[in-house]
Amino acid sequence: MRIALAATCIADAMFPQAPRAVVTLLERLGHEVVFPPGQACCGQMHVNTGYLADAVPVVRNHVRTFAPVADGEWDAVVVPSGSCTGSIRHQQRMVLERAGLDAEARTASAVAGRTYELSELLVDVLGVTDVGAWFPHRVTYHPTCHSLRMLGVGDRPERLLRAVDDLELVPLEQAEGCCGFGGTFSLKNADTSAAMLQDKVGHVLDTGAEVLTAGDWSCLMHIGGGLTRTASGVRPMHLAEILVSTREAPVVPGAADGRQEVAR
Amino acid sequence: MSTFLGMPDAGAPATVSGVGRPDDPLHWGATFPDAARTALADEQLRRNLGNATSTIRAKRARVVGEVPDWEALRDAGSALKTDVMTRLPELLEELERNVTARGGVVHWARDAAEANRIVAGIVRAKETDEVVKVKSMATQEIGLNEALAEEGVAAVETDLAELIVQLADDMPSHILVPAIHRNRTEIRDIFLERMADAPPDLTDVPRELAMAARAHLRRKFLSAKVAVSGANFAVADTGTLAVVESEGNGRMCLTLPETLVTVMGIEKLVPTFDDLEVFLQLLPRSSTGERMNPYTSLWTGVTPGDGPQEFHLVLLDNGRTKVLADEAGRSALHCIRCSACLNVCPVYERVGGHAYGSVYPGPIGAILTPQLTGEKSDLPYASTLCGACYQVCPVKIDIPSILVELRAREVELSGAAPDTADRVWQAAMKAASYAMADGGRFRRAARLPRALRAIARHGVIRRLPFPGSLWTRSRDLPEPPRQTFHDWWAARERRAGTRQEGER
Ligand code: SF4
Repeated sequence: MRIALAATCIADAMFPQAPRAVVTLLERLGHEVVFPPGQACCGQMHVNTGYLADAVPVVRNHVRTFAPVADGEWDAVVVPSGSCTGSIRHQQRMVLERAGLDAEARTASAVAGRTYELSELLVDVLGVTDVGAWFPHRVTYHPTCHSLRMLGVGDRPERLLRAVDDLELVPLEQAEGCCGFGGTFSLKNADTSAAMLQDKVGHVLDTGAEVLTAGDWSCLMHIGGGLTRTASGVRPMHLAEILVSTREAPVVPGAADGRQEVAR
Repeated sequence: MSTFLGMPDAGAPATVSGVGRPDDPLHWGATFPDAARTALADEQLRRNLGNATSTIRAKRARVVGEVPDWEALRDAGSALKTDVMTRLPELLEELERNVTARGGVVHWARDAAEANRIVAGIVRAKETDEVVKVKSMATQEIGLNEALAEEGVAAVETDLAELIVQLADDMPSHILVPAIHRNRTEIRDIFLERMADAPPDLTDVPRELAMAARAHLRRKFLSAKVAVSGANFAVADTGTLAVVESEGNGRMCLTLPETLVTVMGIEKLVPTFDDLEVFLQLLPRSSTGERMNPYTSLWTGVTPGDGPQEFHLVLLDNGRTKVLADEAGRSALHCIRCSACLNVCPVYERVGGHAYGSVYPGPIGAILTPQLTGEKSDLPYASTLCGACYQVCPVKIDIPSILVELRAREVELSGAAPDTADRVWQAAMKAASYAMADGGRFRRAARLPRALRAIARHGVIRRLPFPGSLWTRSRDLPEPPRQTFHDWWAARERRAGTRQEGER
């Protein structure tokens, strides 16, 4: 398959190890990955903060960049984020329609119809749960709110994790509870957000896991930012970063978090 | 009497006096973020709320899980309410006709003041200075008790938790369990200090507290000439009103006094009697986590020789037609006040009801209150959009989507008259919009965080100046990477290009 990658703005700028892992993983599974360089952001932050007019140019750019998937130039678009996939699927059309851009709204729908969150792409579209990964660590999984309730990814991520060799998956208490990130909520209602974070961090620590994983770096950034304050050493890692790990090319949790790596 | 949630476990005694009765029951107190901060600092409150909401959540999940056609029921509830909203004027007139035909008197109230005037007029005509009340959100919304007090009439709340709130000069903090913020030690103290006939040796054992309230209320039920209630449902095609409750106090109020006055929001209608079938399944399971509520009272007009011989129905608008006119927000009127969305809300669970500064707290309050008042509000932002409310709502109100709509409205309102914070947000959003509307611009902007590597220690940034401090006050920021994904990909392409050329 020819699969276009929407890296998401936050991972692109702050957590490039996740989209890099998606590229390596999909290529390992025999697919071709394209990265349309015109991409920037899906517009979720603007929409969810209520800035619909400012969201319009952002959404238009996303739709324009990924329109070729609607014409069959690529088979699918993959997004390593549940909330960005949710925004693409449930908000972009509305934003364009309200701006009176009906033709683009239709294109947005067509693009959204072929856009998948990573675990959806792997399990539903590519039909794999065992991606041949090896990750000998104790891992707990936080099902982010938008993956869980907006997309309904269900247990797909856990099925993928359970198929990873030597991975020990430990259940997270009150896993379905929100971590308190909520985008700009974390700034506008910082105290409430912190109270929610505190509970989530507590549950993560209770698992004794080495690694906390999720399908969304935004939530991971939030929980991870709380975890480092506890000096516990639990490492946040995107699902893709675990699935890309193999015996031949193991990913070691916290090994510079891939943050130092530079390609030339 | 049911005391399952009204009385959290014993804890450190707090002050008896509540937050006081505000002038506007839909808008009082500090801003949401400030009120939330105060509430979060109250450890006892957080424990009370955490215990109560997790108990009720588990109960709800259990009884909902055993209904095989729950999703179909939700769809039916949602469809019925949608139908009611599209035909509201004709259904209301049908209700009026049927109530009148059965001997009731129907009044129409545009707003809170008019509704209060109507009720006060009825009570005055009965020459009494005391009325008993069934728990009702509509009368909380219009501040009826305070309005009656000004006329020299004492309105006695007969729901246990509502009585606790009233005695303490407090506001409800939950739709269903108004005293959820109180523990039983506090309740004992409130009774001892504020209920003249409370036994002096009263302990904080729930049963004793319930018995004390019961003795106190029994005298009121027997002497009151007028009762005031709300309504859970009104059936248009029969003129029947319905109240569901757990304690039996409602049944007393609805049957003993000579005169009954029901104040009902105009959205509480169902078209036919059969439609109650759907809601009487959805409501108890969603609200108290019971298969069936202990008391379901239905009455139609006046029945000679049985129950109240005079019945008044006050149909309350108070902003509802404004909500109805709004296509995006209208489904907030579908709400059957079950409170399931409060119990699952991670924000409500931590800050409690008073932080919302409205008699309608929690997710439903965050979408209903600003629509009813039409004022600028920070409530639409009091949510992470986690979607838990939508998932449990028995009538499938898409609360997260309405919150986003209302945020857009807030942005429009603040665009017209921005304060300093608004200006900062506007500028930030404009700048972000510019940077994120083009791949090339974004690629350059995405490199900016790299500058923060200079202040990172051990892979994290602990402290940033304002506004970054809003983040770093309670979490670290990871050290930004050396290379963005855009740049990594471009380098990879270059490499591949060079390789191909070399091979040629
Ligand atoms: S919005 Fe839905 S869940 Fe919340 S109180 Fe109303 S009916 Fe219940």
